[in-house]
Amino acid sequence: MSAILHTSKLQAFYGRTKALHGLDFEVREGGITTILGANGAGKTTTLRAVCGMIPTQGDVTFNGQSIAGKATEDIVRLGVAQVPDGRGTFVNLTVEENLRLGAFTRKDKAGVLQDFERVFHLFPVLLQRRHQQAGTLSGGEQQMLAIARALMLRPRLMLLDEPSFGLAPLVVQELFAILRAINRDEGVSMLLVEQNASLALELADHAYLLETGRAVLSGTTEEIKRDESVRRSYLGY
Amino acid sequence: MEAQLPATSIIPRVGGLTLAQWQRLGLAAVLIVAVALPFVVGNYRVFQFTLAMIYAIALLGLNMLTGFNGQFSLGHGAFYAIGAYTTAIMLDRWGIAYGWTIPVAGLVCLVVGFLFGLPALRLEGLYLALATFALALAAPQILKYFEGWTGGVQGIVIIKPAAPFGLPLNEDEWLYFLTLAILIVLFALARNLLRGRVGRAMVAIRDHHIAAETMGVNSALYKSLTFGVSALYTGIAGSLGAIVVQFVAPDSFSIFLSINFLVGSVVGGLATISGAIIGGIFILFVPNMAELVSKAAPGAIYGIFLIVFMYVMPGGIAGSLKMVIHRWFSGNAPAVNAGKVATK
Amino acid sequence: MEILVQQIVAGLATGGIYASLALALVMIYQATELVNFAQGEMAMFSTYIAWSLMNVGLPYWAAFFLTIAISLAGGILIQRGIIRLFEKAPILSVVIVFIGLLLIFQSTAGWIFTYLIKPFPSPFPQAAVTLGTVQFGSHDLGALGVTIVVLVLLYVFFRYTSLGLAMRAAAQNPVSSRLVGIRVGWMLALGWGLAAAVGAVAGMMVAHKVFLDPLMMGGILLYAFAAALFGGITSPGGAVVGGLTVGVLENLVGAFVPFVGHELKLTVALVLIIGVLLIKPSGLFGKAVVTRV
Repeated sequence: MSAILHTSKLQAFYGRTKALHGLDFEVREGGITTILGANGAGKTTTLRAVCGMIPTQGDVTFNGQSIAGKATEDIVRLGVAQVPDGRGTFVNLTVEENLRLGAFTRKDKAGVLQDFERVFHLFPVLLQRRHQQAGTLSGGEQQMLAIARALMLRPRLMLLDEPSFGLAPLVVQELFAILRAINRDEGVSMLLVEQNASLALELADHAYLLETGRAVLSGTTEEIKRDESVRRSYLGY
Repeated sequence: MEAQLPATSIIPRVGGLTLAQWQRLGLAAVLIVAVALPFVVGNYRVFQFTLAMIYAIALLGLNMLTGFNGQFSLGHGAFYAIGAYTTAIMLDRWGIAYGWTIPVAGLVCLVVGFLFGLPALRLEGLYLALATFALALAAPQILKYFEGWTGGVQGIVIIKPAAPFGLPLNEDEWLYFLTLAILIVLFALARNLLRGRVGRAMVAIRDHHIAAETMGVNSALYKSLTFGVSALYTGIAGSLGAIVVQFVAPDSFSIFLSINFLVGSVVGGLATISGAIIGGIFILFVPNMAELVSKAAPGAIYGIFLIVFMYVMPGGIAGSLKMVIHRWFSGNAPAVNAGKVATK
Repeated sequence: MEILVQQIVAGLATGGIYASLALALVMIYQATELVNFAQGEMAMFSTYIAWSLMNVGLPYWAAFFLTIAISLAGGILIQRGIIRLFEKAPILSVVIVFIGLLLIFQSTAGWIFTYLIKPFPSPFPQAAVTLGTVQFGSHDLGALGVTIVVLVLLYVFFRYTSLGLAMRAAAQNPVSSRLVGIRVGWMLALGWGLAAAVGAVAGMMVAHKVFLDPLMMGGILLYAFAAALFGGITSPGGAVVGGLTVGVLENLVGAFVPFVGHELKLTVALVLIIGVLLIKPSGLFGKAVVTRV
């Protein structure tokens, strides 16, 4: 299996502060990679760095093409959809307009219409709320909207930042089932950042453990789950 | 003595003097030049430098408001006009000695500024800019309307006062020194005000008004008081301006005067006291230079200059100088926040 | 009564012009939280372009549409070439840049076209239109019609096209907009272009009434500010309602309050602005921007 996303010696900066210190990782084509770590380890920063939202050094390759230093919107146009930290909802626009924006770069009208059906099928609640202002949605609904919006791009790679954040456990279960289905049925690769390590390790095939901007551990999820320190610090048994 | 103060060895020196000593030396040099100037240059130049000092007083007022307190005004020309007309009406209509009209003009502006500043309690920066812009645009109209007092479009002519106590100075020289003296007093007062408790409160409101409130700063009172004091300075400048120019008319107080004030304070350097002087010299001489570059469209040259200037020196001249000097003394880049105004 | 109706219609006609300009201001405000002090001068310069085009022989409507296109391109160029450089600058720096633009347009217009007042044609017939017993100026009715068409077109553009949607998105949430592939910088530039184009229409409509000169927009811009504030500077619909209201109000005050007349026109706007700011700073339809402690 080849890598769809691959970074080498990736560094990222907030102003003069370096937040990533040379990160190497990959997401396999059709696979799910998860990044674990405590608050402030650099998980969200990694996603931002991949999408060119902050200044970086080092190389990022997507689908065999270097995307380091490209503008965010150009990276998105290659088929990288991010479900950002805080969901990134356009709160003053309706649910439908949010979804239309997700498909903004696409020219195939018929395909977009199909995808509307598809996301409404995946998230029926969005169909009910179709003409409602997105800001009036509950946290869980906004998270669904964020994922649906990302799907409207028909991405090859999805970057998910804490999709379980602030959601009730049942909703989280449902959401992860949907993510699994999207990955299995449509072959969308995923890079998942998650606080909830046991959940993430269930879903993913590979995992990296970040500490203060460096990868301290990496491997298949099976290997990671067996690691003593991960078990104690992140899985709690 | 120095041996007992090991701390002095840490204070960086250039040419054997500390920054504070250099500053004192610089100030003394500026003062000597200022006192000698009228005896070196011709009467017209003396008149021009008097005007530049008057503008500097007005700019200092604006600087307190914008630089130190973070409120915008595009309408300080109106306060300048109120000061000027107060003096002109008192001199021309009531025959009061000019010396008395200057403080009265300042007080009138203090009151008007305080009242106008009341809405400022509730307004964010840009809204205040709009309100003051409207004030500046409407000011000439209002002045024309009250013809009985203001002389309408014709304006009021004032006679230049002679030097008192038999001083061997001509009128221009006397007004120069009078203005210089007032300038020094007002700058010293401003410096004490801004470096003390009040100044810290003003800056706190500018930078973190919620935090300032929590720490017991009455931000509403301080904001409108700042507006009042700012207007007071500008009003005194207006009063002096009327006496020096010997004439007031509505069209000398158009929106462009207010624009010039704002430009002067930003170009000179906000949140710096010395910036007001640099700004005063700037707004007096640079528009004239623009005219030298292009007789046809001086405004366009001035406009282009402003845009380029804001790009190259966003902290103004004084802000940039400060940065250079600090770098000189510390050897590395300091944390400079000159010209820092509430960003969007 | 007839006079009242007449005055209201005339007020709506000027109000429509205020509304257009206010809308231009609101468009830029929504995207950048800045008020473009040069908006009036840009409109004035556009009107001179229209005048020049007619002077070289173009018919009115050809000049009209060509001017709109030139203004659109000009607005985009100004944003890309100048305003973009100040994206991260403090508000005050940007205000100074706007003032710089204002000076450039005014001075350049005076230089090329002189400060002599010029008549500007109207595309509508000279004769007054009589409805029932009341007479209306046909330019007033025509200008009102043009304004309504502009407003409807803008509404359709922002509401139903994906470019319009992307512009609204970029104004509201630039970070998320980039994440769906919107080129936010170009959306801002397009906003400037549209604002300049709408301003150009307002300038061409008002120039027939106030005559063309480099200083013609000063007062009108002030009324547009008042209109935008009255309706709520965050609300495009509010700008329109505000513009029409302010136009009618101005006309009625001018006609029926004897001591105000023309001499205190700007003062009326000042009082209106301060009144709105004191009583309801967010305007009729705006969201409260004022942060209370």
